[in-house]
Formats: sequence, C-alpha cells, structure tokens
Amino acid sequence: MKYIPTIGIECHVQLSTKTKLFSEVDNDARGKEPNSCVSPVDYALPGMLPRLNGEAIRLAILAGRAMNCEINAQSRFDRKHYFYPDSPKGYQITQFYHPIIGAGFVELPSGTKIRIEHAHLEGDAGKLTHFDTYSLVDLNRVDTPLIEIVSMPDIHSAKDAHDYCKELWRLMCYAGVTYGDLYNGNMRFDINTSVAPEGSDKLGTRTEVKNLNSFRSVERAVEYEIERQTKVLEAGEEVVQETRGWNDATGKTTGQRSKEEAKDYRYMPEPDIPPINLSAEFIEAEAAKLPMMPADYRAKFSSVLPNDILEILLDYPELMQKTNEIDEKYVKTIANLFTSVLLAEEKSAEYLNDLPSAKDLNELAEMNTQKELSSTATKEVFLRLFDPQMKERGAKTIAKELGLIQENDLGALEAIVDTVLAKPETKKAQDDFRAGEEKVIGFLVGQVMKESRGKANPSAVQEILRKRLS
Amino acid sequence: MMKTANKTVTATRLVKDALAKVKHFEDYNIFTFINEEGALKKAAEIDAKIARGEKVGRLAGVPYALKDNFLSPEGETTASAHILEGFSSPVTATAVAKLEAEGAIMIGRTNMDAFAHGSSTENSYFGPTRNAFDKERVAGGSSGGSAVAVALDIVEFATGTDTGGSIRQPASFNGVYGLKPTYGTISRYGVVAMASSTDCIGFFTKTPDDMNLLMEITAGQDPKDMTTLPDYYKESTPKESSLRIGIIKDFDNESVDIEIRKALKKKCEELKAKGHEIVELEMPALKYALAAYYIIVPAEIASNLSRYDGIRYGFRAGDSQDLNALYKNTRSEGFMPENKRRIMIGNFVLSSGFYDAYFLKAAKARTLIVKEYADAFSKCDFILTPVSPNPAFKLGEKVGDPVAMYLEDMMSVSLNLAGVPGLAIPAGKTKDGLALGLQLVGPRRSDKALIEFSKELI
Repeated sequence: MKYIPTIGIECHVQLSTKTKLFSEVDNDARGKEPNSCVSPVDYALPGMLPRLNGEAIRLAILAGRAMNCEINAQSRFDRKHYFYPDSPKGYQITQFYHPIIGAGFVELPSGTKIRIEHAHLEGDAGKLTHFDTYSLVDLNRVDTPLIEIVSMPDIHSAKDAHDYCKELWRLMCYAGVTYGDLYNGNMRFDINTSVAPEGSDKLGTRTEVKNLNSFRSVERAVEYEIERQTKVLEAGEEVVQETRGWNDATGKTTGQRSKEEAKDYRYMPEPDIPPINLSAEFIEAEAAKLPMMPADYRAKFSSVLPNDILEILLDYPELMQKTNEIDEKYVKTIANLFTSVLLAEEKSAEYLNDLPSAKDLNELAEMNTQKELSSTATKEVFLRLFDPQMKERGAKTIAKELGLIQENDLGALEAIVDTVLAKPETKKAQDDFRAGEEKVIGFLVGQVMKESRGKANPSAVQEILRKRLS
Repeated sequence: MMKTANKTVTATRLVKDALAKVKHFEDYNIFTFINEEGALKKAAEIDAKIARGEKVGRLAGVPYALKDNFLSPEGETTASAHILEGFSSPVTATAVAKLEAEGAIMIGRTNMDAFAHGSSTENSYFGPTRNAFDKERVAGGSSGGSAVAVALDIVEFATGTDTGGSIRQPASFNGVYGLKPTYGTISRYGVVAMASSTDCIGFFTKTPDDMNLLMEITAGQDPKDMTTLPDYYKESTPKESSLRIGIIKDFDNESVDIEIRKALKKKCEELKAKGHEIVELEMPALKYALAAYYIIVPAEIASNLSRYDGIRYGFRAGDSQDLNALYKNTRSEGFMPENKRRIMIGNFVLSSGFYDAYFLKAAKARTLIVKEYADAFSKCDFILTPVSPNPAFKLGEKVGDPVAMYLEDMMSVSLNLAGVPGLAIPAGKTKDGLALGLQLVGPRRSDKALIEFSKELI
C-alpha cells in the first residue's frame, strides 16, 4: 500500500524590534551579559504591567502581508499558563483567541501554494542552562517579540517542507521583520507529520517535532518521520500522538511527551492589555512600506539572470537588494561577481554586512565592459572594494593605483608590438609563425604583455600581431 | 481640610505627632512597617524648603499611610503575604510617586488581607487589624489597616485598593470616606495585582474635599498602565442642584441589617427634604454579580499569583529536592489558606473543558451587569445603597465560613464588574456604637460629581 504524508508547520520568528514586546529594554541581547537586558516588567516583579510595543504591531502587519494574509482589524492578547523558570510571570502573553494575522498563503519557487492558517504575536521565553546539580536562568530573551506562523497541512513531502521553511525565511528577511539568524534561533520550526493510506479521506495520527532551527534538519526530520510512521503502519501498529525530539547527530527522532501528558495551559484573556484596534487606513499605510519581496525580484530579474544565479542571490537579501540598485546593463556582471567571487571568500559573511556602493560596483562593471579591466583584474578590484584600507578610494582609483587598467589605445599598442618585433629574441618565433606554426602567437602575445607590464589588452595585441606578421 | 506644613507647624512636627499616635495605637495592629527614619528625613527636607521660602507641594508634610500592596523602596512591600517576605522594591508605584511629589510623607505600610483576598484583614500573615470602634471586631478588608489608620486620626489619609469592596467596606466599618474610582482612573503600575480587570486604586479620607484633592493629584493616564483612561477627572463638570437618586429595591430585604436599612431610609428623607427625587430601581442582573465575581476574580488571581514561585524574589522554601518540589513547598508555605482557595477556584474555572461553562458564562453575566448600570443611570443620576449587609462583625466570626465571608461583598462587587465609581460615606452609628456606612454609586467618569454630591449627605 502507498502512504501519503501530510505535514503542517509552525514557525516562530523573532522580530527585530528595538525594544522588547512589553518593556523598554534593548531587544538585541547578542553578545550581552546574561540578565542584562531585563526590565522589572520582564522580570515579573509584583505590580508590573505590560506596555505593548507599537513597532511589533507594525512589523506583524508587514510579516502578514508578506504572506498574503489578512490583517485583523481587532486582535487581543491572552495568557498561556505554565510553571517553569524561563517564564517569570508564570504565563506567556500570546494571542490564542484573536490573532493579529489571518489567513493567507506562501508560494514556493516551484509554484506550489501552502496556505497559512493564521499567525499571532507573543513573547519569547528565557533560556535555561542545566548543570549537574543546578540550572542557570538567563532572562535576556524574555518577551522578545515573536510571531508564530501556523500553516495549513498542505505540505506532502520533505522537500516541500524544506522549501516552505526556506521561503518563509526569505519572506521574513525581505519584509525586514527579523535578523533571520537561524543559528541563533531567530527562526525555529515545529513540524507536525502524519501519514495515511493513499485514497484515505482521513489524516493519520500526527507527531510533532519541535524547535528545529535549520532547513536541512526540517527536511531530514520529516523524511525520518515519514519513513518511521510508514513502517509502523505497515507493521499493522498505530502511530502514537506525541511530541518527539530531533537528534541531529543520529538523524533520528525519539518520543518525549505523549498526548496524555499534554499540559493544560488554562488560557485566559489578558486583562492588562486592551484590544488592539487597527483602522483600514493604518493597516494600508503600514503595508505600503513592505519592500520588494522574492516574487518581485523573480519577476524583475528572471529575463536578465539565469535561474540558479537568481535563487542564490535570493538567499542573501543584502546581495539581492544591492543587485537591484545596479544599472540594468551591469546586473549580470555584478551578480556573477557576487555569486562566484564574493560568496567563495572566507570572510563572505562579514562582507555581506558592508557591501560596496552601487556607484562603485557600476564603475567596476563599466571598466570591465569597456575592456579597461581584464576579468582577473575585475575580480581583484572587486575584492579591494571590501578592503577597509582601500574601499574609500573607489573602483576607478583602485584600478589605477594597482596599475590594472588595460591599454586599449591602438597606436600605443602598435608601438609596443613593434618594439617587441624588433627584438632579436622574437625573430625565430616570427619566422615560425609565418611558416604556419599557429601556437607561437601565444609566446609573442606574452612578450607584448610583458613589455606593457600587463596593461595591454591581449585580444587587441593578438589582432595587431596577426596583421603585422601576415 | 488636611493640615499641611508651614513655618509655625512644621512637617517634622506633623510627622512626630503621627508617629506618636502610631505607637499609641500599636495594639490595633495597623502597620506592617513604620517608616520612622524615612519620614523624619523627608519632613526635614520639606521644612528646609519652607524655611528657604521655596514652593512646596499641595500635600507638603501631610502624613499618610500606604497599603502594603503599593511598591516603594521604603521597607518591604509584602502585600501582608509570607511569600513576599524580604521583598524590597526597586520601583515606586505611579500613585505613590505622585503623592510624594506633592510632599506627602509615608508614615508606614498598613496591614491587609494577604494579596487583598478577604473582607476582614484576618487573612494577613501579620494577624488581624482591629476595628476603630470596637477592638473585638474586624476592621473590614482587605484595606483594614488603612481604614483604621484614618479613623483613629493617625494620618490624614491612606491609600487603598478595591477589587470587590476592599476600600468601601472597611471605610464603612470604620466611619470614614472611601472611594473606589472609575476603573482606569488611577494607574495600577506598581501595585501588587489581585484581579487586573477589577482592581482600582483609591483612598480613605475624613472629608469629601480631601478626597477630591487626592484624586486631582493622582488621577490620569499613565503610559505604564495601558488600561488607564485619558485624563478626565479635572475636566468633569458637577451635576445640577436637583438630582434623581436611585435606590435598589432588591437590597431592601431581611438579609440586610435593620439598622443599615433605617440609615438608608433616613438619608433618603433628608435628600427629599433638600429637593432631590428618589427613584426606585429594578436591577435583576445584580443577583448574578457575586457568582460572576467569584469566577472572574479567582481566575485572574490564579494567573496573577503565578509569578510567586520562589525563583527570583521573596520567600523560598528550603529543603526542596527538585524544581517541582521547590514550587510546591514555596507556594504551600508562602500562601495563606484564602489565597490557595482562590488559586484553586481560578485554575478550575480556566481548565480545559470548564472555561466555557464557568469563565465565559461569568463574562456574559458581567456584560449584563454593565448594561444594567447603564440603563439605571438613564433613570437616575446616582444610586444610594448599603456597602455591606452588616456592620463590622466579630473577629473570628466568619473565618471558618468562606461563603458567609463572600456574602459580605454582595453589594460592592457589581461596581467593580461594571467599572463604575463608588464612594463609601459615613452614615452614623448603630445603637452598639458601631460605624454605619452607605455607598454612593455613579456612572463611569462621574467621580468628581459623586464626591461633590456626597456633601449633601453630611
């Protein structure tokens, strides 16, 4: 019997607001001391009240629109209760009953559409580090704003699960709502997987794997679960509804918590935050600030750039956005430099944060097109544009200073060629060429290049040589 | 009017007098902390300002008492609960900051039912406070200490919180004025939460004018409390001279003490004589108020008390082998029985499967009550009712019977559910010499007019 997998994904996205969701402390705790970004509100002192951050609402509108979602005119917050030291209030403030983002869809590069059920705003939890006999609590991450995006069970393969997560990541990055740093947990995925016999009108029993933080682990975990559940069903047994943990090293999931042990979160409307009412005008004004999305870039560049180059660029929003600033006639040259030169560099991640100006890149591409720079020289100048000691000088000056500008002046080239041909050591090669030995032309071009100290345009040199020796 | 400090009667004098009275009335168990050093220091600063001819605030040198659930750096803020033992606050409540900025001087923190759960101040970790008129009787609660501090003239005023009657009931038990303002009038920031959707900050005073001054100082929108209303208090206009006063027919029955009913009728006659009209009101939805209140409020209590876990501040039980034991031991030892009762009720009504049957139904009853008050105020300007069915009862009399204790709140809780203001006013004494009080109820944002009108009843 053939089994059809069905997958739904919940994704948590940390929003890059300046301050936290309910207090005025710094939301960016990267590289900071534990418990140094914590206000009395986050720490849940008695009598402290949440103060909703308007920026989070604005980012939620952008995130929602990036997924073609409705933005709800009224939304509310609720309390989700549980006891654990990562939750100082003893409850998480979330949107259980009335989320801010309604239904929508995400279109994968393959054209498949995955529907979004809803997405809601909530505060993140703190972090615990466990030791033998004690645990340490760091509350820096408490109430970092999150949006949780809940998909419909529209995914039917590990590949689509991977592509959906990646596309979500791209959408959130392009919308500018998150730093998108997966390694540091800026986006985390929970996957719900079930399998059912082909033709069945009922979904199978699902399992949930929580807190995956790479596209690859999403793909592998889904693959593993499909295989595991299929084997269970083929053996005539039943899949247990449970939460399972993913082990990246073994490539396996293991059972953690079954449905019977599921917690009762005792949801309750949050009485400290009045309902959020958004006017249609406000929503539209904010949504209008949505920058170009991957689909817009695909539409704009698909006729200019090969598909593989375009998809690589889309993985690096900084590169895609910079490419968009480049003169249309130079887009291909610069896109190639980005994908084949920059990304091959060891320090590429660092470079991405400080890309050269469009003016410099246009200048560089122009010199290349005008044959003033050889392709090797173009790469060299390109990399110098990331050198903090040199970049300020601009592409043209750098090329000149390094003596990389090619000699294209025909008269000057002819003079150099004639000088070389007058040298006795080239006499034999000239004779050989005239006698029909084609390949010695390379030696002669090399001699001219040497005489010009590398500045001569080799193809122009060859042309002159051929004329002179004919 | 409250006595403020000047060149002849210094702030230091006023503070020393108050501190002497604190000592004199020690056996009433009014204070959980006495701010002797801090109060004298602040008084000296104010006196120095006066001596230099500098401008001082509207409450310069006025001694006041602070209910133990207001956060301020002086002493420990414990809400009279064991679980907050040792907690000294790094922050100051907005209301306290406003009073202090006007020169008021905190003499001490007052005793209360732990976390404001109760109607007698018997649920305090520090033991009960005694009634100002009869030491064998309860002070009322939960703001019992504050009410008695004003009634015994130890301070000019005291702060309170009112979630279901916690200002009005002790005010009426001790013969002083007690205001529960419109919900959202005074910031709740820095006040230990009981039930967020009904908690109101208010005061105990000896006169309506004092109450008005305190409201002018403390009312107003606070960015730190999203539920505060835009400033309305100062702008609100007084009512006309001849008013319609509603009385609720259902409250005139045998479950209400005869002397309270007589006091109410006497006040009605006086009002008629002054040219006001008395209107009889039918308010059938009010009979659901107590039941709805004791579902919604415990739910919010259970939630708001979740943060007291022994991890970050306050009391932590020793000898716990793991995290769950730490939670269990800390909360078992740290909370009073009444706290635990409400936590259990609250968690029950919020549980999966019970939410719709209890919490949601109570929320609907609340909507009915809001509507019923709106209807009532289309027929009258204010409503006059008893505060509670009985005058102050004996210490220990109702401790073993939680339902009898909850029934004490039957006439006060509907105001909190509806968010409307209520002012407890003194209305004479019983033949045994106990204080009698009545409550004036007004539509939302009528607080100033309500206080003004209460002068008609003096």
